[in-house]
Amino acid sequence: MGGKSAHYYPRRPAKAQSFLAKTKALLHTPGGLSGCLMIFSLDLLINAVVSGILIGGFYAAVTSGVSLSFGILDIVNIAHPAFIILGSYIAYIVNANLGIDPILTSIAVMPAFYVLGSGIYQVYYVSFEKRGQESLRGLAFFFGLLFITEVTLVLYFGVDYRYVEASYIGAAWHFAMLDIPFRILVPCLVSLLLIAALQIFLTRTFVGRAIMAVAQDQLALRLMAVDPIKIKRIAFGISIATASLAGAFLIIIQPVEPSVGREYIGRIFAICVLGGMGSLPGTVIAAMLLGIVESLTSTFYGPSWAPAVSFGFLLLTLAVRPAGLLGR
Amino acid sequence: MTVRTPVFLLVWLVISAAVFAGSLALGNDYIFFAGYVVLQYVVLGTAWNILGGYCGYVNFGSAAFFALGAYSSVAIYKLITENDFYRMPIPVLMLIGGLVSGVVGFGMGYLTLRLRGAFFAIATLALAVVLQTLVVNWDFVGGSRGAYIIRPEQIEPIGNYIRYLFLLMMVLAVAGITIARLIEHSRLGYGFASIRDDELAAEAAGVPTLRLKLIATTISGALMGMAGAPFPYYIGYLQPSSTFGLDYAVNSIAMPLIGGTTSWVGPLIGALLLGSLQQIATVTISSAVNLLIVGCLLVIFVIIAPNGIVGLVHTYLQRKPEDFVGRRRVEAEMPGRVP
Repeated sequence: MGGKSAHYYPRRPAKAQSFLAKTKALLHTPGGLSGCLMIFSLDLLINAVVSGILIGGFYAAVTSGVSLSFGILDIVNIAHPAFIILGSYIAYIVNANLGIDPILTSIAVMPAFYVLGSGIYQVYYVSFEKRGQESLRGLAFFFGLLFITEVTLVLYFGVDYRYVEASYIGAAWHFAMLDIPFRILVPCLVSLLLIAALQIFLTRTFVGRAIMAVAQDQLALRLMAVDPIKIKRIAFGISIATASLAGAFLIIIQPVEPSVGREYIGRIFAICVLGGMGSLPGTVIAAMLLGIVESLTSTFYGPSWAPAVSFGFLLLTLAVRPAGLLGR
Repeated sequence: MTVRTPVFLLVWLVISAAVFAGSLALGNDYIFFAGYVVLQYVVLGTAWNILGGYCGYVNFGSAAFFALGAYSSVAIYKLITENDFYRMPIPVLMLIGGLVSGVVGFGMGYLTLRLRGAFFAIATLALAVVLQTLVVNWDFVGGSRGAYIIRPEQIEPIGNYIRYLFLLMMVLAVAGITIARLIEHSRLGYGFASIRDDELAAEAAGVPTLRLKLIATTISGALMGMAGAPFPYYIGYLQPSSTFGLDYAVNSIAMPLIGGTTSWVGPLIGALLLGSLQQIATVTISSAVNLLIVGCLLVIFVIIAPNGIVGLVHTYLQRKPEDFVGRRRVEAEMPGRVP
């Protein structure tokens, strides 16, 4: 849980440890406060910024689902990280047994996640939205889902860290003073592709535009002979489907255990709010900002401080600019 | 409903005394160990309900407020007791823990309650993670290694120390219930209810919604902190990942929602039922499974019985025979009109 400083550079074979990781390990003396070494060096800084941007790309994929559900549909799905962890474990099981690439696996199970998401929305709609109880009981419902998923995973897999094997995990790209590990680069690139695809879907297709419209005026949508509930169901399904891919990214980047998802709740919602609710370009920018600040924090103050950054971001945004960077 | 508060308090104190005497008569101190946890959940559930049930604002950070109370006790222990061998009495620790958590609750509320309700819920969720990060990095209170608190074996004139802790938690539980009931039947409570039902309308009608919400977060946070303050003395070894554990958060939400959120009875029933069930399940099955039970019960109850056990009982009691006849008559006159 909290104390284990398993961040982006956890236990890996020695060759996989980049220069940055070694420096981080050197810098990170146990005990945080007393061990704040303020060593400022240019290549450390550049490496931290670059890895922050890459991690940010991954955060964008993690958040895109919540941008859809919370940002556009107004469904506070705090169980989203649990679905991401579920995606990670599916990628892990398939990878451990069949050796298939986690990203391919996750794309293959996306339809299943879509169906799961639509099903959950149906339950949510019938039980809460229709009765107008989404604010209290709907939240408790998602909290219960989060809890059930986590405890079930603990019961089946225990609290051991799990990881996957793939050809690009461990390799890195050295360029001047930069070290770019492929296991962060690949998720970042695929994640940007995912977001681009989502953005095109939302702005260019009929269903996508209907999803954007359902957030603004349900009655108008109904007058256009579109069923808002159906549109919301599709959107929520897509939102959960992205969790499958995000889960694969997560387990490529870091080893996963069932409660890892909790650390992401703060991040996800901080990025979602900072980016401007429901704006995908805003989500990418906010994710990269958070990635950079977190990376700098863990480079210069030690990784055990990184989880606090997102909360600082969230509170600062709520206090200063609740509409976010690219708010509608 | 018409019982005056002093009478109400007296009745509960008598019941508490009877429970305490009964537990003593059983002659097994394990009763006190298990009972302490149940009573702690009564306080947590009641505290959560003041904000969640009365105002309709969900707090996912119960563990954070609880842990704040616990860690303020640890800090004081490290600061004073270990050096001077002066033991601060636990009621004082409770007050301090309540103060700290109350202040944090106020701050959280001030930052987030001006916005839509969901932001408060998310911020409380993140608060738990951040406070945990702070405690993990704070070596003075043990950091991630945890802290040991040595509790005295005996205390005069009660005997075993756990009995003393049990008694204190019982008093706090009675105080919590009384406060909740007082709020329910006061101007404050009606204000809270108006926020829960329609915040915009309440605001328009002149209800100072932000001020009321801040009062609610402060009282709720303070009660949770007070429940947490004696915890290090109960457990003996405090460690961040268990103190900030999700089980406090889920329990303090599940208990009021399962019991019923609109009155003080709900959290009490929920906590007594669920707390005892968990104690039994922990002993007989396993602690992971009993958490799964809580999660499943929470989801089932919010879907099937939105008003909890109290709501179920209420509808059952109102289903009188003549009511049935009346319903049938209306149904016969206007088919399809009665749901």
